[in-house]
Amino acid sequence: MAEFNVNINGKDFDIDADPTTPLLWVLRDHLKLVGTKYGCGIAQCGACTVHFNGAAVRSCQLPISAAAGAKITTIEGLSEHGDHPVQQAWLEVDVPQCGYCQAGQIMSASALLNQNPSPSDEEIENAMSGNICRCGTYVRIKEAIKKAANTQLS
Amino acid sequence: MNKVKTGIGRRSFIKNVAVAGGGLIIGFNWLACQRAAEEGSEEMAMQMPDEWFELNGYLKVGDNGVVTIYSPNPEIGQNVKTSMPMIVAEELDVDWNNVIVEQAPLNTDIFTRQLAGGSQSIRQGWQSLRTAGATARQMLLTAAASEMDVPVSELSVEKGIIKHAGSDKSVSYGEIAKAAAKLEVPQEVELKNKADFKIIGTSRRNVDAKKIVTGQPLFGLDTYRDGMLTAMVVQPPAFGMVLKSLDAEAAKDMPGITDVFTISTYPEDMEKEWSDVAAFNNLVVVVGESTWQVMQARKKLNIEWDLNAELTKEIEILEKSAGMEDATGLESTEIHTRLLTEVGPRKAEVVRKDGDPEKAFKNAAKVIERSYTCPFLAHNCMEPMNFFADVRKDKAELFGPIQTPEFAENSISKRLGLAPEQIDIQMSRMGGGFGRRLYGHFLIEAAVISQKMGKPVKLVYTREDDMTNGVYRPAYHAQYRAALDANNNLVAFHVKAGGIPESPLFANRFPAGAIDNYLAESWTVDSNITFGAFRAPRSNFIAGAENSFLDELAEEMGKDPIQFRLDMLKRAETNPVGEENDYDPSRYAGVLKLVRDEASWEKEQSPVSRGVSAYYCHNTYVAQVLDMSLKNNQPIIEKVTCAVDCGIVVNPDAAKNMVEGGTIDGIGHALYSEMTFEDGVPLKSNFHNYRLIRHQEAPKKIDTHFVKNGIDPTGLGEPPFPPVQGALANALYKATGRRFYNQPFIKELQNEVPTELKT
Repeated sequence: MAEFNVNINGKDFDIDADPTTPLLWVLRDHLKLVGTKYGCGIAQCGACTVHFNGAAVRSCQLPISAAAGAKITTIEGLSEHGDHPVQQAWLEVDVPQCGYCQAGQIMSASALLNQNPSPSDEEIENAMSGNICRCGTYVRIKEAIKKAANTQLS
Repeated sequence: MNKVKTGIGRRSFIKNVAVAGGGLIIGFNWLACQRAAEEGSEEMAMQMPDEWFELNGYLKVGDNGVVTIYSPNPEIGQNVKTSMPMIVAEELDVDWNNVIVEQAPLNTDIFTRQLAGGSQSIRQGWQSLRTAGATARQMLLTAAASEMDVPVSELSVEKGIIKHAGSDKSVSYGEIAKAAAKLEVPQEVELKNKADFKIIGTSRRNVDAKKIVTGQPLFGLDTYRDGMLTAMVVQPPAFGMVLKSLDAEAAKDMPGITDVFTISTYPEDMEKEWSDVAAFNNLVVVVGESTWQVMQARKKLNIEWDLNAELTKEIEILEKSAGMEDATGLESTEIHTRLLTEVGPRKAEVVRKDGDPEKAFKNAAKVIERSYTCPFLAHNCMEPMNFFADVRKDKAELFGPIQTPEFAENSISKRLGLAPEQIDIQMSRMGGGFGRRLYGHFLIEAAVISQKMGKPVKLVYTREDDMTNGVYRPAYHAQYRAALDANNNLVAFHVKAGGIPESPLFANRFPAGAIDNYLAESWTVDSNITFGAFRAPRSNFIAGAENSFLDELAEEMGKDPIQFRLDMLKRAETNPVGEENDYDPSRYAGVLKLVRDEASWEKEQSPVSRGVSAYYCHNTYVAQVLDMSLKNNQPIIEKVTCAVDCGIVVNPDAAKNMVEGGTIDGIGHALYSEMTFEDGVPLKSNFHNYRLIRHQEAPKKIDTHFVKNGIDPTGLGEPPFPPVQGALANALYKATGRRFYNQPFIKELQNEVPTELKT
């Protein structure tokens, strides 16, 4: 066990954990920030996506020792009132079915729009293909990302 | 108006009163307050009442007019948590903006069929949900009439405000709820005319959407309680193996580990429910403080596994019958293929026979024969199996994702030796179900572990545990034959289908009833690999196979594939063969005509390649046209046009979402997914080697059109999934000039399939 200082959603936390503990389980088990989901544990499904200094990363593959000192944003911290343009677009398009993968989808989508405010269809497809949705909401995810992009640009 | 018996007797009413304490629910609703506090301005505007009045088990009315509606059925992503309360709200005549939805507890005295399966929630809940709303409405009206001293017949309601026709008197539901709650529950109520629906048929957003997009706790895996321990199980590495010995010393010494032991989920003498399916009964359990610690300790276990001779003996005999000399009883995909294509079909038995098919085939000018296969599939719910259990001496509290809570309660009762009244099962929102969570062994496992520990426990499956745990969609095979006469008329049809270990055949579905000489045969082959319902069980293969064959047959006969089906359906409608036909030919034809028109079927579509398919299952009719192209041998699905007849569409935009999802899921599984085995070991364990359709492989566009016929509604969770596989296979043929017979099609498309499998 060791102590790590991590900045999550703008707040500093001292975390006492084994250095190999993935950020995913620190968020869930230690901090009860359960919006970040466990789906595969091997960075193949995207359910655990968070922002690491603004970039989308899979928190299941990020040991807490590597997260120390970075600015981490989770779905809970994406916006103060759940009104980030991507979240708003998700509501307007009514994207979710079961909803389990959607936090990860939203984190990937918001990171994409940070880097590329006006992505093409192909760029959306490439950026979002690391996030699996077994319910099959991909068509709506794309629609919501385009809607959010338009909102942010206007 | 149509009068219905309410069936909501004093019993369920009194039961609620007893729970609530004296007819009034005193004004505190934690969930609702929580929701109002957490959510945005729209919700903030909804003030919580000081008092709640429960009018029946489905709903309660607050003194300010806010209404809580309990959604009875498990929510697995099919969106019943929104659509079922919409039906109650419709008959109640309340403003949907004043409705709070809560997941109902398991309570079979009040609710019927609290189960997510078979796309039946809306169809089977339709009447009781309407009745619940109408009954409460009538009580509110009766109380209002009494207070205003006017006849009930002179009152009308709009959005929870009761008005008197002959005066300016009016009263709100909130104001009259207290008086209404004291009334007897009426024995008979009137339901609305469908033409008067104001909520049903309008799109309402997912009631949990805000929580979903902000990451609030909703799912079983999100459960954390004070003093809770995390548990994981370790299962044998292969089907047909059992635990031999356990050395847990090193694991027990790992940080944060509380205990390591073994459990038996279902003791031999326990009477099982149908939902008690588990591949592995004796499991090693690791319990600890946190998930990561338990995961690390699992690696330190020293476990020996053994062949389960009792299980493997029968399979060994089967393997030998397929010519396998070194048979072990531990199954492989290679032997499955031989069982499917050679051994199984020889065991076929006649299920239906019309006319004289043998003679017709003998006298045929031409016989076309084709065979189709599909592999085992894992469900892969994005939320792996898990459950929370807090089992004490005299009570058990369980919370988590389960599609069959009622059956689970029976099983828990037997397994723990507690009475059903001592067991409280609450349903969480589920991160997918697809049939996997019908089988609640994980709930029993959680309860047994908690009982042993004497502490609250959350059982968590890793993705690998989940994917290699069985309860798979079976592997199927279907052989079709058609006899044509000298004029290319279809004179006989023969389907012989089976699977490991279940047959996909539906002998009485189309084209049965449309052909004079018809033969349907079925067979099964045993397996140690457990199987279970998987989104549209059996249909999820046979629909694609049948529609591929019909496409090839139409081509052989020189007919348009849609017109070919319509001609057969006309025959089934006007002069059906046999009496057991399990479909309505006119509704079947209806979706085909609708998709033909909406997809502009008759217009030249190049450069895209298109295929069509139609199927009826789970009481709903679906036809799909799929347009695709190929780029570097990779299918690009340009567009899928869907025509659906599910009767009344309760929540249109959400219904479209379901059709889109089922379509993508159906394409994905037919094209990419499979579970394979070697020596009983599942060879796919996580998403790096189990392929699920991804964003860039999904259709670019899905157009969905519903038949408008006002018929009572049926479900949508499953019906869009099966037929699209046929549309895909038929479009692939147009794109490549090759027919695709064996799923997943990507292997044949990219030439990975053994040639002997090709027809």
